[in-house]
Amino acid sequence: MQPLGISHYTVTSAAGRGRDAHLRALREERTGLRHQTFETCPIPCWIGEVDGLDVPLPAEHAEWDCRNNRLAWLGLQQDDFLNAALQLRERHGATRIGVFIGTSTAGVFSTELAYRERRETLGPLPSWFNYRTTQSCSSPADFVRRVLKLEGTAISIATACSSSAKVFASAHRAISAGLCDAAIVGGVDSLCLTTLYGFNSLQLVSPEICRPADATRRGISIGEAAGFTILEKNTSGLALLGYGESSDAHHMSAPHPEGAGAAAAMRGALERAGLTASDINYVNLHGTATPANDASEDQGVCTLLGTETPCSSTKGWTGHTLGAAAITEAAISLLCISHDFLPRSLNTQHKDPNLRSNILLAARETKVRHVLSNSFGFGGSNCSLLFGTLP
Amino acid sequence: MKCLFIESLGIAAPGLAGWSQARAVLRGQQPYVAQELETYQPNLLPPNERRRATPAVRLAFRVAEEAVAGSSLTADHLAGVFATAEADTSVLHRICSALAEDSRAVSPTDFHNSVHNAAAGYWSIAAAAKLPSVTLTAHDATFMAGLIEAYGLVHGDGYSVLLTAYDLRPPEPLFGGRPLLCNAGVALVLTAERTERSLAQLDIAPTSVSETTMRDASLETLRLGNPACRALPLMHLLAAEESGDVCLAGTGEQRWQLRVQWL
Repeated sequence: MQPLGISHYTVTSAAGRGRDAHLRALREERTGLRHQTFETCPIPCWIGEVDGLDVPLPAEHAEWDCRNNRLAWLGLQQDDFLNAALQLRERHGATRIGVFIGTSTAGVFSTELAYRERRETLGPLPSWFNYRTTQSCSSPADFVRRVLKLEGTAISIATACSSSAKVFASAHRAISAGLCDAAIVGGVDSLCLTTLYGFNSLQLVSPEICRPADATRRGISIGEAAGFTILEKNTSGLALLGYGESSDAHHMSAPHPEGAGAAAAMRGALERAGLTASDINYVNLHGTATPANDASEDQGVCTLLGTETPCSSTKGWTGHTLGAAAITEAAISLLCISHDFLPRSLNTQHKDPNLRSNILLAARETKVRHVLSNSFGFGGSNCSLLFGTLP
Repeated sequence: MKCLFIESLGIAAPGLAGWSQARAVLRGQQPYVAQELETYQPNLLPPNERRRATPAVRLAFRVAEEAVAGSSLTADHLAGVFATAEADTSVLHRICSALAEDSRAVSPTDFHNSVHNAAAGYWSIAAAAKLPSVTLTAHDATFMAGLIEAYGLVHGDGYSVLLTAYDLRPPEPLFGGRPLLCNAGVALVLTAERTERSLAQLDIAPTSVSETTMRDASLETLRLGNPACRALPLMHLLAAEESGDVCLAGTGEQRWQLRVQWL
């Protein structure tokens, strides 16, 4: 496929605000996860909460105020992203830039609070509740489009935990089909009670800090994040070289046991990039730290890449940021390429002997040219992204 | 821009229960009577899954099954676009109601059905459809956004595509915040090349013309009452088996001209 340049990017998660904060946290092996509760949720677990989300949006965006859009707003302020996006608008025009945002739960936290407020009456939702600007999964794309003063295609992709990977594929299709000239591609997902209680009901929330690929891993730590990239044709430097998508067609909330869908997504990314397994220097794993995910992904990785390619999950730093996991890990993958650095699998004490892939238990300084980043979601939605550089 | 070919379609809305009824109504051969849709039992789901299927899954399967039945392609050879503005608001209602109670007992089944791509997940399992599938939303422009995504999958990635657009009437109290008037869905099978089943050629281009409305007041209420029904002007042309143009609103200031050439 025709690669697309990544002319700008930023990420905000529990590990920090912006690229430098993430690079420092990665190098210093300092997790952003904390053993604490979220709001009134007493489930004992570690969470990746972004500080500073108690500040309402500025008056001009007040109608869109909710935790998720506050996180989007905070994310857009980092690394001078807002300016870069406004300059992009000058270059291409407001209708020729697409907005593609991944999310899984958008502003559902507002709906949860609205329902709590009516619990005695079971009447209408409180008048402050605005469905379109908060609850709706269309809200983050609409909000970002409005903040950036764009007038073109703006969609939210909501395929659970692969959402902010699939936005890259969708943007590439739109640009290559001539529907837009450039794209703002990102993901925003914020903490809420639905995901904490929901994953807990599936017995997937770890009472300890998440330990991807560990022999005694006990599940996920939930986090929140916002990340954004600018995709353009004809730039040099960092680039999206390939993507692959597949559907497991197996189970709603459990991955394919042999990782067939994962392997198909990675194969698709390699084929589009015209690269082979030996070209891949690092795989940023989906690596949620549930027993089933890590085992399934390991089989997919080994089937396609063998057992030597360095791999790690970086969810030990950020937690599983769900609909924003892929954009968070895309940003980390780009940092790895720019700084020739491979992060270890943080919190992993004893590697699961059943896992055959080359899980990094120590960080490496080495030339990094091509990185695969995996994301898999409920409903069997798989997406793998291949990042590198253009001369 | 290149064109798409429409091979087959499915539709379900009050008084438009399937393409043969919709066709007769949209051609003016039958008066429009907004009769509620009966509960649909998806053919592709095994009996135990059929009983547990959520309203959004039933609705998406209803129109997707109808479109695939008219196509030369089987479901496992079609990439998927599931365009739903709000997905399953009945599941959202149950989860938020549970979280408002002291016990906060969220059902694990409700949780995995709460993902926006639940219908896409069930579809891929039931139809053994392993090709890429995208679930997206763009508020009231969700059908048009789905058509654009389908265009990208056809011409960017070389797939034939099943586009399924559907939305439910939300239960109270959510209805107050998002008053979608009824359950409705449409589905299209789209290909890059003309096949022996192709009904029409579809060209998509940006325009500044204003949105096409429905002349019949009840059908216009329906068009505005559910994001999937923004497809009605296109369905109207297809029912008439005529060539012509309609305009659909996109996001922001965008408008799109859909030029239909009946084959």
